[in-house]
Amino acid sequence: MTRVTSWLVGFGRFWYRFIIGDDWTVAASVAIGLMVTGLLNRGQFPVWVVMPLVVIVMLRVSVQRSNRTKGHVGASRTR
Amino acid sequence: MTAILPILITVFLASSVEAIEMVTIVVGLGATRGWRSTLLGAAAGFVVLAVIVAVFGLALSAIPIAPLRLVIGALLLVFGLQWLRKGVVRVAARGFAGMQVDTNQDTEVWTGKGVDWTAFVLSFKGVLLEGLEVAFIVVSVGATAGQLGPAVASGAAALLVVGAIGAVLSRLVARIPRSFLQLVVGLLLTTFGSFWATEGLGVSWPGGDVAILGLLALYLLTAVINIAVERRGAHRGRLTMNLSEVAR
Repeated sequence: MTRVTSWLVGFGRFWYRFIIGDDWTVAASVAIGLMVTGLLNRGQFPVWVVMPLVVIVMLRVSVQRSNRTKGHVGASRTR
Repeated sequence: MTAILPILITVFLASSVEAIEMVTIVVGLGATRGWRSTLLGAAAGFVVLAVIVAVFGLALSAIPIAPLRLVIGALLLVFGLQWLRKGVVRVAARGFAGMQVDTNQDTEVWTGKGVDWTAFVLSFKGVLLEGLEVAFIVVSVGATAGQLGPAVASGAAALLVVGAIGAVLSRLVARIPRSFLQLVVGLLLTTFGSFWATEGLGVSWPGGDVAILGLLALYLLTAVINIAVERRGAHRGRLTMNLSEVAR
C-alpha cells in the first residue's frame, strides 16, 4: 500500500469514527428517520413525532448492542 | 434565531467534555514524559486547529440555513445519541465515577536532548482531535442557531476554564464526573439535533422553540428509564451468578 493510499484510508477511517462512531445503526436510523419525516411531511400526519420516537427506540437498541459487544453493564469503558 | 442561554449552556458543557479529555491528555503526558515537548505539541495542535476553524467557519457562513440545520442537526443527533448511550451505560455501571487517564503506555520520562517526539505527537494529536470536536460543536450549534459569536465565546470560555483548572489542579481533572457530563451533554445534543434536523425539513414544532424543553424532558425520562433497566439487569445477572455458584 502506498503512502498516499494509507493516508487516504486513515483519513476516511478518522471521519468514519468521528461521525458514525462505534455504532453505525444509530447513524443509519437517524438517516432513515429523517427520510420518513421528509416523506410524511407532505401529508396531514404530525411528523414531528418521528424523530423523538427514533431517539427513544434507538437509545434502547444501542444500549443493548453496547452490552452485547462488551459483556454486561460492568465492563463498559468506551472511548 | 434560538434563545441565547440554552446555546451558551450547551456549547459550554459540550466543549467542557472535550476540553476535559484534551487537558487530561496534556496533563497526563506532561506529568509522565515532561512538560516542554508536551506543551510544544499542544501549541502546534492549537495553531493547526485555528487554521481549520477559520476555513470551516467561513465555508459554513455561505450555506443557506435550512439545509445547514438538517445536516448539522442530523450530525448532532448522531453524536448526541452516542454520547447519551455511553452516559447511560457508564452511569448504570459505575454511577458518577470520574475519568481515569490511561497511563499504561508511553510513561517513560524523557531524559534525552531536544524534542521528545512521542510526547509532542501524542499531545499534538490530543489537542487537534479534541479541539476539532470543540470547533465542530461551536460552529455547528452557533451557526445553526444564528448565535455564532456567543457560541465561540462559550466554547473558548470552556477551554479556558477547564485549562485553568487543569493547570492549577491537575489531579482534580481526573476526578471530574465525566459520566454525568456525558449524560447531560448527550441529552442536550440529542435535543437540539432532533429539533433542528426536523425543522430543517420544513416541519414546524408545536409551540415553536418551547418544544425544546419538551424534548429535553422526554429524553431525560428515557435516559433515566434506561439507567434503571440496566441497573436491574446487572443486579439480576449477579443474582444468577451467585445462585449458580451455590448450586455447584
